[in-house]
Amino acid sequence: MSNAVDMILNLRPVLAVMVSLIASGMIMVCGSKVSPNVRESITMTACVLKAACVFSMVPAVVAGKVFDINIIQIADGINLHFRTDPLGMVFACVASGLWTVTSIYSIGYMRGHHEKNQVGYFAAFAMCLCGAVGICFAANLMTFFIFYEILTVATYPLVVHYRDNQGKKSGRKYLIYTLTSGQLFFAGIVYVYVLTGTTEFAAGGFLQGKISGGAALFLFLLMIAGGAVKAGVMPLHSWLPSAMVAPTPVSALLHAVAVVKAGAFCVIRIMAFTFGPELCKSCGASDIMAWVAAATILISSLIAIQKDNLKARLAFSTVGQLSYIVLGVSIMTPVALTGAIYHIVAHACMKITLFMCAGAIFVTTHKSEVSQMRGIGRRMPLTMTAFTVASLGIAGLPFLVGFVSKMNIMAGAYAAGKPLFAIVLIASALLSLTYLVPVAYMAFSRKSINPDFRDYNMTLKGEADWKMLAPLVITACVSVLLGVMPNFGVHLFDLAQMAAEAVFEGGMI
Amino acid sequence: MTVLNSFLAEKGIYMLTAILFFLGMYGMVTCKNYMKKLICMNIMQVAVIFFFLCFGQKDGGTIPVSLGDLMAADDYINPLPHALMLTAIVVSLGTTGVGLALLMRMKDKYGSMEEDDIVKKEDDL
Amino acid sequence: MISENLPIIIVLLPFFAALLTPIIAFFQRVAARWYASAMVTTAFALSIWQLSKVTETGTIRYNFGGWEIPYGIEFVVDTLNGSIIVLVCFMGMLSMYFGMHFVKGLSRLKSGGFYTVLALLITGLMGMSSTGDLFNLYVFLEITSLSGYTLIALGGDSGVISAFRYLMIGTIGASFYLIGVAFIYAQTGSLNMSDVSELVSSGEATGSVLVASVCFIVAFGIKMALFPLHGWQPAAYSNSHPATTALIAGVMGKIPAYAMVRFFYFVFIGQRASLETLMTIVGVMGAAGMIYGSIIAIRQKNIRKMLAYSSIAQMGYIAVGIAIGNYYGLLGSVMHIIGHSLTKGGLFFAMGGVMYKYGTSSLNSMGQLYRKMPKTVVTIVIGALSMVGIPPTTGFFSKWYLALGACQSGQYWYVAVLVVSSLLNAIYFFRLLEKIFMDKEMTNANRMWDHRGELPWLMMIPIILCGLGIILTGLFNTEIVGILGIAVQGVV
Repeated sequence: MSNAVDMILNLRPVLAVMVSLIASGMIMVCGSKVSPNVRESITMTACVLKAACVFSMVPAVVAGKVFDINIIQIADGINLHFRTDPLGMVFACVASGLWTVTSIYSIGYMRGHHEKNQVGYFAAFAMCLCGAVGICFAANLMTFFIFYEILTVATYPLVVHYRDNQGKKSGRKYLIYTLTSGQLFFAGIVYVYVLTGTTEFAAGGFLQGKISGGAALFLFLLMIAGGAVKAGVMPLHSWLPSAMVAPTPVSALLHAVAVVKAGAFCVIRIMAFTFGPELCKSCGASDIMAWVAAATILISSLIAIQKDNLKARLAFSTVGQLSYIVLGVSIMTPVALTGAIYHIVAHACMKITLFMCAGAIFVTTHKSEVSQMRGIGRRMPLTMTAFTVASLGIAGLPFLVGFVSKMNIMAGAYAAGKPLFAIVLIASALLSLTYLVPVAYMAFSRKSINPDFRDYNMTLKGEADWKMLAPLVITACVSVLLGVMPNFGVHLFDLAQMAAEAVFEGGMI
Repeated sequence: MTVLNSFLAEKGIYMLTAILFFLGMYGMVTCKNYMKKLICMNIMQVAVIFFFLCFGQKDGGTIPVSLGDLMAADDYINPLPHALMLTAIVVSLGTTGVGLALLMRMKDKYGSMEEDDIVKKEDDL
Repeated sequence: MISENLPIIIVLLPFFAALLTPIIAFFQRVAARWYASAMVTTAFALSIWQLSKVTETGTIRYNFGGWEIPYGIEFVVDTLNGSIIVLVCFMGMLSMYFGMHFVKGLSRLKSGGFYTVLALLITGLMGMSSTGDLFNLYVFLEITSLSGYTLIALGGDSGVISAFRYLMIGTIGASFYLIGVAFIYAQTGSLNMSDVSELVSSGEATGSVLVASVCFIVAFGIKMALFPLHGWQPAAYSNSHPATTALIAGVMGKIPAYAMVRFFYFVFIGQRASLETLMTIVGVMGAAGMIYGSIIAIRQKNIRKMLAYSSIAQMGYIAVGIAIGNYYGLLGSVMHIIGHSLTKGGLFFAMGGVMYKYGTSSLNSMGQLYRKMPKTVVTIVIGALSMVGIPPTTGFFSKWYLALGACQSGQYWYVAVLVVSSLLNAIYFFRLLEKIFMDKEMTNANRMWDHRGELPWLMMIPIILCGLGIILTGLFNTEIVGILGIAVQGVV
């Protein structure tokens, strides 16, 4: 009996992946024949099960246990292989935890907005999460790629959710970018396999000594294309803002939970776990990535300032924030890598709050432009408070989660003797003060407010439905909590540190 | 002259079958009438059959029917190509039959077997 | 008794179906259909048995009439063609079920004739895969072609013209094959594949083998619609009888490709070095076809035509695998034969279903199809993903092996072509999905049978099985690789 229980417990990574796949299948099979309640309860059950699977593994992983599961041989000589390493756990916690939150929010949003195509929406959403968690636990490039492509394809129906011309256009753009980069990634993986005969990730890289110089750089660029497109590194970012036509929970998923984070995660996996720090440095890959990321951070912030549409502004903010992660990895020190990994958590919590606020505003007041939001704080005080907290976090104010990660990246930049990157980070923090905080300021301003909000007086009456309000308040609180105690609850900071140290175990600082 | 003679004697027949083969193929490509195309196809197939039969032939051999006094293998021509070509003839008969059936359908439908007419009518439909 | 004579029984079952169906149909039309289907189904079961036997005990050689090997005709079944035979039986069986509703209500002659020709096509395909004799292959090739012409002609008036054109070009191909056989026979005096293989490996027959190889490339290139010998194919596939397109496009085009593998890697194995240039030519033809077929497919407004051009591209994948010619290259090639049969078969079954219900296969009339035929659309989606090469479908893994092979032999440009071609595939397949899911419903769709809901279950079976097959052959591709590897390992 206890054996069986042990076995199931050891299979938790697989369960975490499968549960949303099964949920997705069930939602599709049930179709529109069943009531929305059934659909939503399937989604919620899957969320909770998945989060339980993932979070319950954290203590064991922190203690050093590794769940290692070979399911089947997926290709000649390569297994479908899951392994829980600290890095994967960080992303898995973020993805599964925030899926729960987003699901509650989605239910509120979908009902509040009377959206069509809900079956496809919830099914694709669950499928995306299957892809995301599969990516987290993938132990080799093949497994990684399989789930990466599943994620790519499963996101497509979400991007084109409205099925109008604009949706089609951004869907095509999304596919062109992601599929092309995916194919390049594929070519890279083939070459890696031919070169080394293995695709298993190893902390610190496994290509060391197998390839060098220009060939290594070429291979790196092939493979990184896969990650860089999803992570919105300029000049490969333009699918991300146009994907904003999708409903807000989808944007939240794209930006905070799964898709772009998977891109950033892919960059980490390639740079730190495939090529390894030394090879990245010697072939010049890390320098290229660092400069591209630094440029992205600054340019995207400048673009974000010009955008009047709140979601577009947030989108460009995401482009910039993701490049923090890329920059953190490219600096190639343990501290910076810790910061980069923790920024996955930090940015997820903050950006999801911001997007859920934008969605809540849209559903309750039908306002999408920043210039129409003067005084909206009178109607939706709680939402806008959460918005304020999150935007300050994006700017990197202390006691908010963004501070922890950014401080680490900056410290890493100094330690690596590259203070210029630290200056870039500070400049970007100041820029984000100019594009997000003014929104919060305008919301609570008393002058020349939008007449729509004059009748409200800072009460909760005008707020969104509780199903939308609760999630965004929770994530805002989490942002604060993690800012004060980075290790709160599930030891995410420790995990990030463990991952970073494992990568640099060779003694390089 | 002797060179030409020996060439004709040794390889001439193969050249002729090759010419016949490509003549048939040329006709299939250039003829505008489907019936003529089918006839050319038959010419091409016959060329292949000849080709097989030619190398079954040998000097001084007789038909491969056992005669009491001739017991050496050299005395008979190789029967196998003939047997094979019997099959090939049957196959070509079948092909021609299917081709003719298709042509009848076409004639019923379009009232013509000229490629130009048929293509034009097909486009009109 | 059955166990000893398996190779021939499997081929004879559909043959007897073809013989007796018209007679039974004269008395009882439904019984004739079920009789033919049952025969092919039995053949499918036996072919699986045969494959497991071959995997366990090694190659089966079956001599006809007790003649010794170089003199008589023999069937040779190893794991390579054992798997192909299973594939042929499977797709043939599904086509049989799928056709039932199409011939409902037709006259005795027509419904019986349809099943006769279909069974003959299956016989021919299985014979081509089983045989170990050069001339026997020609006979089965012609059986296949003749029944193929007929089935294409059954697709209506434009089908007749396409069938006639295919008959012309196909006969040129068959004649070239016969000339190739003539050269081999003239040189070696043998028609048995394994015997020829031994005789040409001594290194003397290079000239004849080269000529024969060129002839075989032309012959099989025409039959498998390899670019630039594909002229007959798009019209033939898109105008053929909707119930049989899956078999014609899915399997009939693949068996010549298998024959190519058989010739260049089993029969002429001793002459590999001198055939290297030819293989490069085949590779270039394949690579050009991969790009050409995909680009032309993008321009098509008719889905069946689009799928047909896409097949030209996919045959290019197989040709490239043959050209690469190392373990993974060949494996990828054969995996693609199997995977693409299921994928294209599934897609054509689905389109056949749409034709059955709405009588159209125009791209612009597919709007909101997913509401009307959800299960069919699931197969279309899975098939489309497989064609693009999204894991874990079978299309991804055959591409993986092909790319591995290309990389291992240092021919990186094949990988580049693979990548470009699958991106081009993505353009037209996602456009199809876009139409299905996002376009407005056609109001004046020309409906043949105005059923509500899905297709009849007999037509759903093939569609669903193909959809499942695409995913299962993807997930469990190592099982297939393990079986195929036994045969492929021996020649590379």
